[in-house]
Formats: sequence, structure tokens, C-alpha cells
Amino acid sequence: MRTVKLSQQALDQWVAGLIRTQAVIGVQAKGDRFEFAPLGRSSDLRLDYDVTILPPKMFFQPAREPLLAFDGAAGFKTLLSDEPFVLLGVHPYDLVAILQMDALFAADNDDIHYRSRREKAVIVACDVQSASPNGFAGCMGTATVSQGFDVLLTRVADIYVAEAGTAAGAALLADIAKAPEADAVNLARREQVWQDNQKLLRKHDLRVSLKELPALLERSYDHPVWEEKARRCFSCGSCNLVCPTCYCFDVQDEVGWDLKRGVRCRTWDGCLLKDFATVAGAHNFRKSRAERYRHRYYRKGKYMPEKIGQIACVGCGRCISACVSKIANPVEVYNRLQEES
Amino acid sequence: MARAKEAQVTDIYRPEPATVLQAKPVTEMEIAFAFRLDSGRELGHLPGQFVEISIAGMGEAPISISSSPTRKGSFEMVVRRVGNVSGAMHRLKPGDKVGIRGPFGTHFPVDGAMQGKDVLFICGGIGFVPVRSAIQYVLDNRKQFGRVTILYGTKSPAERLFCDETVAWAKAEAVTYIETVDRGDPKWKGSVGVITTLLPKVKLKPADTVVIVCGPPIMYKFVLIELQNMGLRREQVYVSLERHMKCGVGKCGHCQINGVYVCQKGPVFRYSDLTPIPEAFR
Repeated sequence: MRTVKLSQQALDQWVAGLIRTQAVIGVQAKGDRFEFAPLGRSSDLRLDYDVTILPPKMFFQPAREPLLAFDGAAGFKTLLSDEPFVLLGVHPYDLVAILQMDALFAADNDDIHYRSRREKAVIVACDVQSASPNGFAGCMGTATVSQGFDVLLTRVADIYVAEAGTAAGAALLADIAKAPEADAVNLARREQVWQDNQKLLRKHDLRVSLKELPALLERSYDHPVWEEKARRCFSCGSCNLVCPTCYCFDVQDEVGWDLKRGVRCRTWDGCLLKDFATVAGAHNFRKSRAERYRHRYYRKGKYMPEKIGQIACVGCGRCISACVSKIANPVEVYNRLQEES
Repeated sequence: MARAKEAQVTDIYRPEPATVLQAKPVTEMEIAFAFRLDSGRELGHLPGQFVEISIAGMGEAPISISSSPTRKGSFEMVVRRVGNVSGAMHRLKPGDKVGIRGPFGTHFPVDGAMQGKDVLFICGGIGFVPVRSAIQYVLDNRKQFGRVTILYGTKSPAERLFCDETVAWAKAEAVTYIETVDRGDPKWKGSVGVITTLLPKVKLKPADTVVIVCGPPIMYKFVLIELQNMGLRREQVYVSLERHMKCGVGKCGHCQINGVYVCQKGPVFRYSDLTPIPEAFR
């Protein structure tokens, strides 16, 4: 695979070329923060961002996603998205989250809706240039990535190194056939960026080894921290909403004016919301805030690792920033358990 | 951004069409339905499994199958009116169309641990519905099982289900059927009291018995303690847990108890397998 170097100007031209020929989703400013959104001009791309408000999961599992169309008694038809797109500027920790989603949506029962979106996406990842105030990817092993991207961009000094990771990525870089190969100095500098980012993305310092985390949780089920933290929980679900590895969903039918035709839609849901585990007849199997709060940490640190072999927290720190009550810091919770369990 | 496009592919969320053959009110709250898949194929379930039933425009709900796969040509459900989908189901008439996904989940061990054993069924309220499938199966394959004891409790006499069938079961050879109600009415001459009051009346060979329990959460609490007092090990007891199995395919997260998706590892569990799962009996 090619690894080339691009000046800022060459990068801008490349992105402008992509925008001319295909749908491009890229990171841009939203007020004084950042978001993934359809990119209209290469000058709007902000690869120097720290973290986006929402993770890029919405492009694979939209917040509202029609799954099926129905027409009265005529039955259900599958609806699939058919538009390819380039996702530009994904940070390594968010890429790891996407790879986990790939495994979960494919596991046991292949989800064609997720897969059809995912297969049509080309992911251009980008190493972090500025650390967000709450990121701790360095503690989660997700500050850098060596695979899973189609292209990886790394800013070294005043140029970018662009590495193709797949054939699709190589095809994307083919547009800049004249770009020079990255030299040994560029690659050594890139290596330095990776090392620096391991240290830079540690705004909170996890003192539990990732391997020990499931066992730590195993013996902390009745620890007072769940009750203490949850006392201030509004059950708003913000931590679920902004989490790149939260994918639980609800499904609702939306009916047209004729009361016959409509679509069956999947929407985001969250296990912190009060009625998440309620059944028809109103029995709630996870009634207390503490039970719901605990469930989320167990899902990330124990249940998902048992399923996919990885901790389902990538250290993006979005939940810490989004939580109104300031109770959603996983590092704080896990460190406290480590000290007291 | 994305334009939706119609396609016919393998879609785990797409129901297949089925037709209502029968919709018969059986209590004030419940209707007994029979369905047939329009494709003509048998549903292919085992007792204890469930399907997701769709009413276009209202949504989908997980419902236990109440008939045994030994009864071919159709499958049955008894549905209590409690939510949007079950409410809409109560307006269905023979000939109406519904959507079906499934069958999903685990089943009572009619083809495993129950083989050659005495079987004790303990059912409370609407928990009788999935168990009826297993009882039919056992009676249709009578030689494969030992003595059958059926305990059934409801709040009132009017809430009892499958009354014609239970009368026939009570008369069958090597079957004991005992029912009780929490509160009787002027015509009621049977037992009054919660279901655990029936257990002392049952003669068991604890070592040779498999127990099937299905009922509301509160019932498990007391029945499971009593069974242990009677000398039954957790390995001999099977329960069916109710949760909101919204997608049925292990994705949506609603039915999870600790790390376990009830729609995949349940709804039928061996009681001993639930020991490390504290959320199972909340």
C-alpha cells in the first residue's frame, strides 16, 4: 500500500476533488465545537479538531432509520440505503468504536441495514492533533490505530502523511498520483506523533489495567459507588446519546395519513432512560437509577468484553463532558472501585 | 443524505405474512388466536419459544406460542390486552393479516432433560400460555415422559385459561392436575390460596423429576424456595423469564439481564444457570 506525503495545499486539492465526485462527510466547526456533517468546501474541513459533539455512529446507525416499508396487509419490504460516502477525519478512538459496532451488528444475526451503510463507506481516519479536555484514549489503547481505516492521515510538522490501509483507500489516494512517497524522516516523525498521542490523550488517568477490569467489576456489583453516583442521575440518557459504542435501539411504526402505508423506524435508545427495561403491563425490570447507572458501566467493562473480547469504552470522554450532573466519568468510577474493592 | 431503496434481501427484521385462522375471546382480558404462515411452511418451533408479531402501523411484540409443534397446520397464541400491539391484536378477525418473525429463543427441554422423567409444571396466571405448549407436547409423546403433575394458579376463577383442556388433562392417565385461585367466587368449590399452597399436596420423586416454572416475578421468589425445601436441585428446575424482547435477535438491548440477552439465551433457562445473573429475578 502507498504511503505518501501531502502539503496542506495538496490535501485541500485532494479533498476538493473528492467533494466534486462523491458524497463526503467531514469534521467541521459547529459554534466553538465540532461535528461530522456533509462537507461542501474543503476549506471547512477541520482536521485540527479535538473531539466532535456526537460520534460518527449516526452515519451507520442513524438516529432515525427506516428499516421497512409497509402497505396495510400487503406486507413488509426492506429499505436499504444505497449511497456511498467518504467519512473524513475519524479519530482513532472513534474508528475502534466503529470496528466494535461492525462486530456486534454482524454477530449471531447479520444486520443488513447496518452492513449496507457500512460497506458503502470509505473511512479516512486522522490522528489526533489537539487533545479534548476529557479524552483518555491513551489509557484505553485507542489513541492510535494500525488497521481498520481505508486511509490514515497524520499531520507531521507542516505536512500530512497519508497511508492507504485497503484497496478502497488506495483508490482514493490514486487521485493524487503525483504525490511523493513519504520518506524515512516523515515516517519517523509520524512514529513520534503516535508516541506523543499516547501521552497527550490522558486527561484522566485510569489506574486499572484493561485486562483486570472485567474481574474488578465482577466483585464490585454491590459497591456503594453505584448508589452514590446515581443519586444525582437525571436519567436523561445523554451519556448513551454521545457514546460511540452505545447502539441499543427502539423500533416504532410511523403511519401515513391513510393509516395504511408507513415505515417501521429504528431510533436510538438508552439504558439510562427510565423505561428502557419496562415490559407491556408496566413492570420495570430495572426500576432504580442505580441499577441503570451500574448496567451501563457493566456493559462497557464486562458484558461487551465477554462478547467481543474488548472493553467497549474507547476513552473519547464525551460522556464526561455531556453529563449535566458530572457523574459519568468512567475513569473516576473504575479507579474508585480499584481502591475500594 | 441517504435515499432509501426497496430490496428483497435476508433481513432479520422483516416479518413474513401470516393469516388469522381463529380469534376467540377466552376471558375478559385474553383472546386465543390461531395463525398460519402464508408461505404454507410450518412455524417449526419448540415449546417455550416465542415469535415477534407485527401489526402494520402499530408495531411488533414478542408473544409466546401456546400450541405444541406436534399439532400441525397452525400455531396458537393467547394474548392479554396490555399494550399497543396486543390492543390492536384484540381487533383482529379471521382472515386478517399479521407479520411473523421467529421462532426465537430457547425451549423447555422436551427433547433433553425432560425425557424419561416425571414432569412438574408450575404455572401462574398468563405464565400458563407457553407451558401449555410443553404440556401438549408431553401428552402427544406420552411414552417419552413419566408422571405429569400440573399446578395452575390464577387470581380468580374467571381468569383461568384452557378450561376445556384442563378438564381433559385431569382425567388423563398418570396426570395430576390441581388448580387454585387467590380469591374464589360464590360458585368456586376448588382450592383457594397462592400456588405454593399446592406444593405440599404433590407427591414427588425428587431425584426423578424435572420442574417447569412460569409465572409473574413474585411467584418465582416463593416457588423456587419451596422447591429447594422439597429436595429439588437448581439443575432440575427450568424457568421462563419475561422481558421486553424487542428485536428478538440479540441487538436492541432491551431484554438484557446483566450480560445475557434473554431473546437468545432465554426465555427458558435452567435455574442453576441463572445463579450468576442477579438481574434474573428482579
